[in-house]
Amino acid sequence: MMMNDMPQVAQAQEQASARRIGDVVLDLQNISLSFGGVKALTNISFDVREHEIRSIIGPNGAGKSSMLNVINGVYHPQEGRILFRGEPRQRMEPHMAAAQGIARTFQNIALFKGMSVLDNIMTGRNLKMKCGLLAHALYWGRAQKEEIEHRVKVEEIIDFLEIQDIRKTPVGALPYGLQKRVELGRALAAEPNLLLLDEPMAGMNVEEKQDMCRFILDVNDQFGTTIVLIEHDMGVVMDISDRVVVLDYGKKIGDGVPDEVRSNEDVIRAYLGTSH
Amino acid sequence: MSDTNGQAAQTVALDTFPRLLMHHAAVRPGRPAMREKEFGIWQTYSWADVARSVRAIACGLAELGFKRGDRLAIIGDNRPRLYWSVAACQCLGGIPVMLYQDAVAQEMTYVLEDAEIKFAVVEDQEQVDKMLEILPDVPFLEHVIYDDPRGLRHYSQPLLKGLDELQEMGSIHDRNHTDFLDAEIDKGASDDISVMLYTSGTTGKPKGVCQTHAAFIAAATGATGFDKLTDREDILSYLPMAWVGDHLFSFAQATVAGFTINCPESGDTVMTDLREIGPTYYFAPPRVFENLLTQVMIRMEDASALKRKLFAHFMDVARRCGADILDGKPVSGGDRLQYWLGNLLIYGPLKNVLGMSRIRVAYTAGAAIGPDLFRFYRSIGVNLKQLYGQTETCAYVCLQPDGQIKLDSVGKPAPFVEVKLAGNGEILVKGPMLLKAYYKRPDATAESINAEGYFMTGDAGYFDEDGHLKIIDRAKDVGKLATGSMFAPNYIENKLKFFQHIKEAVAFGNGRDCVTAFINIDLEAVGNWAERRGLAYSGYTDLASQSAVYELIRDCVEKVNADLAADPQMSGSQIKRFLILHKELDADDGELTRTRKVRRNFIAERYAVLIEALFEGKAAQHIETVVKYEDGREGRISADLRIEEAKTYAPQAAKRAA
Repeated sequence: MMMNDMPQVAQAQEQASARRIGDVVLDLQNISLSFGGVKALTNISFDVREHEIRSIIGPNGAGKSSMLNVINGVYHPQEGRILFRGEPRQRMEPHMAAAQGIARTFQNIALFKGMSVLDNIMTGRNLKMKCGLLAHALYWGRAQKEEIEHRVKVEEIIDFLEIQDIRKTPVGALPYGLQKRVELGRALAAEPNLLLLDEPMAGMNVEEKQDMCRFILDVNDQFGTTIVLIEHDMGVVMDISDRVVVLDYGKKIGDGVPDEVRSNEDVIRAYLGTSH
Repeated sequence: MSDTNGQAAQTVALDTFPRLLMHHAAVRPGRPAMREKEFGIWQTYSWADVARSVRAIACGLAELGFKRGDRLAIIGDNRPRLYWSVAACQCLGGIPVMLYQDAVAQEMTYVLEDAEIKFAVVEDQEQVDKMLEILPDVPFLEHVIYDDPRGLRHYSQPLLKGLDELQEMGSIHDRNHTDFLDAEIDKGASDDISVMLYTSGTTGKPKGVCQTHAAFIAAATGATGFDKLTDREDILSYLPMAWVGDHLFSFAQATVAGFTINCPESGDTVMTDLREIGPTYYFAPPRVFENLLTQVMIRMEDASALKRKLFAHFMDVARRCGADILDGKPVSGGDRLQYWLGNLLIYGPLKNVLGMSRIRVAYTAGAAIGPDLFRFYRSIGVNLKQLYGQTETCAYVCLQPDGQIKLDSVGKPAPFVEVKLAGNGEILVKGPMLLKAYYKRPDATAESINAEGYFMTGDAGYFDEDGHLKIIDRAKDVGKLATGSMFAPNYIENKLKFFQHIKEAVAFGNGRDCVTAFINIDLEAVGNWAERRGLAYSGYTDLASQSAVYELIRDCVEKVNADLAADPQMSGSQIKRFLILHKELDADDGELTRTRKVRRNFIAERYAVLIEALFEGKAAQHIETVVKYEDGREGRISADLRIEEAKTYAPQAAKRAA
């Protein structure tokens, strides 16, 4: 019975993933970024398709985080063009990126340590809140209804990430792996179309990594969120990504599905540390 | 509950669980039957809601082809819909079979095969994955129904179905064929098998224990009458559904008495949920009470000096008079005043934090409870009692009556139950709650029930002068040392485990000339102890091998020896040598059963080199062990274990007169 099922399953999964991945949402063309004399990124082009998990990998200092910062408008490249949903993007600030449905997490956790998990995730709803400061402060009229709606959404995320038991715990008191999960929760609270994850698995043990992988795949699967992921751990990247970009010294040295990248000579050389 | 005589057209005997359920739906439709915390808010289901959902699930199952007598596997945490599936299965005359949800896939194969399961209701993706993994071994499995659809969107196996869909299908069926399910419920008889519970398999393969509706209803009726439980009780259901205790408390008693069961949000939130619900009736194995106390003590150690002083003072007061006040015994006015003040300042707030403010009756069973532990809860005013029973007797043999609580007994025979002792001290039990049979094992059934209809528990014990039953050990585990003195390993291990720093212990000595023991330290308690001493350690293995920890444990072992020396029967079985194991004994490695009982023979085989080293009197021994992780992968741990001697004491003749 299992034997008969196997091809069916494989087929169904293939269909599902083919259906899932859509058009290009983000197109980066010939991006170059330098800080004074230091060239962080040189002439990099790649695209991100709707609903895919796109990874950026590379050794330390390869320019991965700079790339992510370019995408959400923290850095402005000196050269190149960014097309977001087909529209060329002019100078953009991070808050505009957020309004367009781009959310991110950080390499070094950037949560409010003294606030509870619940409140931290609630801050992710900030852009969706319409009532004024005064109304919220008084918890009056529409603000009350709005707060309840947002709380429902936050509770769904808490349930999704299985962190019910730490709902009211101050974030500072949590172990690192859980803080990372809370940060993902806050990013999800913004209901992003495009989620940027900066080393979501750095510093985690094997079990925490597996959990995080599962959550990333679930986010992608359940909400259809497009994910751009920076990661150090090659094994993780190859397992969960649809396509991978490899950077080294600010240059793109590989791009394609995991199997192509794995067999790419330049990539192997960069990772094994052969001299340039 | 006794309006069961009228067999006239209107009144139906409430002699099966489905009839009881429909009765509650008619008599107290609006009362809460179940609560579940979802998205941070407690959702309430009334008896009418429950009856409606159970009907829908039952009809849905029937439409899938579930027949009278079929077995339905139920695997998952304590979720309302899984309890409803148990009831739905019983409505159709089927037999629910609950499996331990944390068992790895391969362990489930045996039960699924043994019970020839065609239908399974499982909680979530994790359990679905396990079912799919073992599918080649259990080809007769036709339908897997899941409660939580998360992550299952792309699963296209034809045997999978969502419980939502099934319920939808069933409610349409129920609407179109209104008498179908009532007719099915009418077909049920009280001596039909209502549930199959698998024994934990401490020895050999698990056996399916078939219990009838009559048996569980008798046990539940007896117990609710004994403790005067009403439909206003609240309990928290957080213990594995596959365990007889949960089935008795959360299903049978709740369905008989009509009280409310509360399902926690997740396994990790039990403490918070306990506090929010404040149950009036509570059941937990000693391990849970112990963990709670350990946490309290650890937090007290970190508290300010004033708080520590207050706590110490009032705990002294409680120790002196708390239990007597609870039992209604005479206590001096001064003590009463002190206790009242203590209640205001310490016990009350403490009980509130533990979620025990409203508890009227709490039970513990499954293992021996430490004297300090038991006294602690009783002294702060929690009516904690012990009971005795096993899967084969619906966990219902002896109960401690209010006001007659003894630390080392399990109480008196419960209503309807007859207990007597065999010549070798084995406890024999008879009553309506006995098992009907072991599933497909007439040999085992014949072995365990003697010609006069008594069930042979396999436990050794005796009655004290007040008619309270005392348990010593498993009858077959009680052995003899080469010197001729009695060796009751469990008895010794329990004494060791009563120390907060010792989590698990295994004693050896049958046929040898002395007693030796393996010790597992409690990582939390010893870790905290080490922290306060500024002792650095990198993990369990490292901590377990430190000489300061060895000293700490030797102290415990020697206290046990002193205690054993005072008991004329046990004085010969003092622990001579011990070692601290390099890894925690774990059910995933087969060293413990899923109910966390030590699998003695398996451990003896697995660690044979260590045992030899212990008896040879070596100073150290190298060992390499394969460990299994929760996801089924394997790893290796190796270590050089130190073996230490403990002081033994001369027997103190007859200090404790009988």
